[in-house]
Amino acid sequence: MATAKAKSSSAGKIKIDKSQKLELYRIMSECRALQQRAYDLFMQNLVKGTTHLGQGQEAIAAAFGFAMREDDYTFNTYRGHNHNYVRGVSMTSILGELMGRDIGQLRGKGGSMHITDSSKGAMGSYAIIGAHMPIAAGAAWSAQYRGTEQVACCFFGDGTTNIGTFHEALNFAKIWELPVVYICENNQYMEYTPIGDVTAVEHPAADRASAYGLEPILVDGNDVEVMYETAMAALEKARKGGGPTLIEALTYRHHGHSRADPGKYRPDDEVKEWKENRDPLYGYRAKLLGEGIDEAELAKIDANTEKMIDEATEAAKNSPPPPAEIAYTDVFADGGAEWRN
Amino acid sequence: MAKLSYREAVAAAMAQEMRLDDRVIFLGEDVGAAGGVFKATLGLFDEFGPTRVRDTPISEQAILGATMGAAMTGLRPIAEIMFSDFFGVCWDTVVNEIAKARYMTNGDHETPLVIRSANGGGARFGAQHSQSIENWAMAVPGIKVVAPSNAYDVKGLLAASIRDPDPVLFFEQKAMYGNKCEVPEGELVIPLGEAATPREGTDVTIVALANMVPKSLKAAEILEKEHGILCEVVDPRTLVPLDTKTILASVEKTGRLVTVEENPRLCGWGAEIASIVGEELFWNLDAPITRITTPHIPLPSVDVLEDLVIPSVERIVDTISKMD
Ligand SMILES: Cc1ncc(C[n+]2csc(CCOP(=O)(O)OP(=O)(O)O)c2C)c(N)n1
Ligand SMILES: [Mg+2]
Repeated sequence: MATAKAKSSSAGKIKIDKSQKLELYRIMSECRALQQRAYDLFMQNLVKGTTHLGQGQEAIAAAFGFAMREDDYTFNTYRGHNHNYVRGVSMTSILGELMGRDIGQLRGKGGSMHITDSSKGAMGSYAIIGAHMPIAAGAAWSAQYRGTEQVACCFFGDGTTNIGTFHEALNFAKIWELPVVYICENNQYMEYTPIGDVTAVEHPAADRASAYGLEPILVDGNDVEVMYETAMAALEKARKGGGPTLIEALTYRHHGHSRADPGKYRPDDEVKEWKENRDPLYGYRAKLLGEGIDEAELAKIDANTEKMIDEATEAAKNSPPPPAEIAYTDVFADGGAEWRN
Repeated sequence: MAKLSYREAVAAAMAQEMRLDDRVIFLGEDVGAAGGVFKATLGLFDEFGPTRVRDTPISEQAILGATMGAAMTGLRPIAEIMFSDFFGVCWDTVVNEIAKARYMTNGDHETPLVIRSANGGGARFGAQHSQSIENWAMAVPGIKVVAPSNAYDVKGLLAASIRDPDPVLFFEQKAMYGNKCEVPEGELVIPLGEAATPREGTDVTIVALANMVPKSLKAAEILEKEHGILCEVVDPRTLVPLDTKTILASVEKTGRLVTVEENPRLCGWGAEIASIVGEELFWNLDAPITRITTPHIPLPSVDVLEDLVIPSVERIVDTISKMD
């Protein structure tokens, strides 16, 4: 697959100052640490269910998290820890949820695939492929109707472009000119199958954009500044009533699809290339150093990240499992599960 | 006889039928080169190649629509829906198209197809990847419903499902994929609609399905040892067609019926069995019919809660030991 370069229409228009650069770096490094820790905890058998991690895809979450307004909406998939984290869900809540502890964001009832905090605009992690795409359109419709200038951002994978809801949602978004940004994180694989083997076009999202009256946008999803510029442009357009945007961001997951999947279905040299030469975090670190940012400033961020993740891990580990009675709460609006008198 | 795991029995049955009948083809997500996300179809791609074993996009409606189209035109397709929860995105094709095709066309259409799917809880996958939906399927006229409890039955019942002229939903309990038992290497076919009775007893009939069968057998052992209660365990194996003869004969003998169901309470498959027994054997019953089910809630993810709500050996022992 050709390596995409950021489209000039969205790149280079925004001045990103030093403090913003450091923020982007910080957010990505925290996401990386969070995901790496989740993996380690899984390998220590402290995560009982499943995990779908986002190492290698942090630039997309970080850039959008940084660009979004506090009251914007995020909709993401099971591979959603980073997206929730950048909206303000804490490391402790996320790790606690993975470990099934009472301190977890959903007290263990949801698990790794369903992290949600609507008080922070994190409108849910969806584990049925494509399900959230029309739901995000609905939230955008609501914002449009209420006149709030909120924008809904919906993140999904390349594999998701082949299910019907992708197509139905894009058409909806366009005919109603909804304030929604759809971001395809093209990491080039569904679970184990390369996306190119099962898709009629080369760029699963961008090549379909024109079918829904949308501009094809293909960007380097591992370049956090390109992602930030792309995000800002799309968010502003949506906020001003300019309608939806579909973005295809090329990226790669460093780990397997889920749990302990070693990802053996991917060629070694491909994995090596993306890990060694196209890592969004290390690449950005090198870039910032090249721009003259003092190594000590970055090291300070790294050290703080380290401290945060260790503290979060401890807090999660020290929390007990949830009490039995919550198995029977919140089935219905009265707080319970009763269905008979 | 060799020991096969539940997952190996899936591939064994499919290979058996694919060798015998070149109309049998197979499609689904990650099923070919990767051998399935539960590794239940390992080896098929290597043996039969991409013309017969096909990796699809994430397009469940297209998978099942194409399965139906192939079945209507002379093939015997097997589709995989990776987790049974995903039937939610393609249920129209199952209930409005596949299930009704024969009836609505006055017998013109044939849809001999099998849809395999990983069903049920126990893997801590949370509410959208753990449901037991055999009761959804049982509620739709026109489809057959199979839910085996061990590797031997997987092989024989899957083979029979592939040969069956009707559409079959074949539910594999995902927590059981590693369970092993003796399975003959040669051709094995177990007719649909014949219950098994893995344990005989005279006091209580336990009707259990899939992963509830080993739990019920364990409970029956404890009940005999600690309470002197002799349970007969009946595994219907297929919900449609349902072997009511075996169930009724057992309850006639024991006078007591307990169903053990993984599906949530309301309209679970056991309700249908309870109603049949209530209608046909009311005067033989010595105690109220009792259903042990997952409560009427979505499944929680965390292990401590999931284990609490899915029927357990302890709950079965406790319930039955307190029966009149
Ligand atoms: C409707 C539906 N079909 C299949 C699945 C199983 N499944 C989970 S993740 C996945 C691959 C998704 O690929 P992609 O959209 O590229 O996202 P990624 O995992 O790469 O982030 C599949 C097939 C599902 N969850 N929902
Ligand atoms: Mg992908």
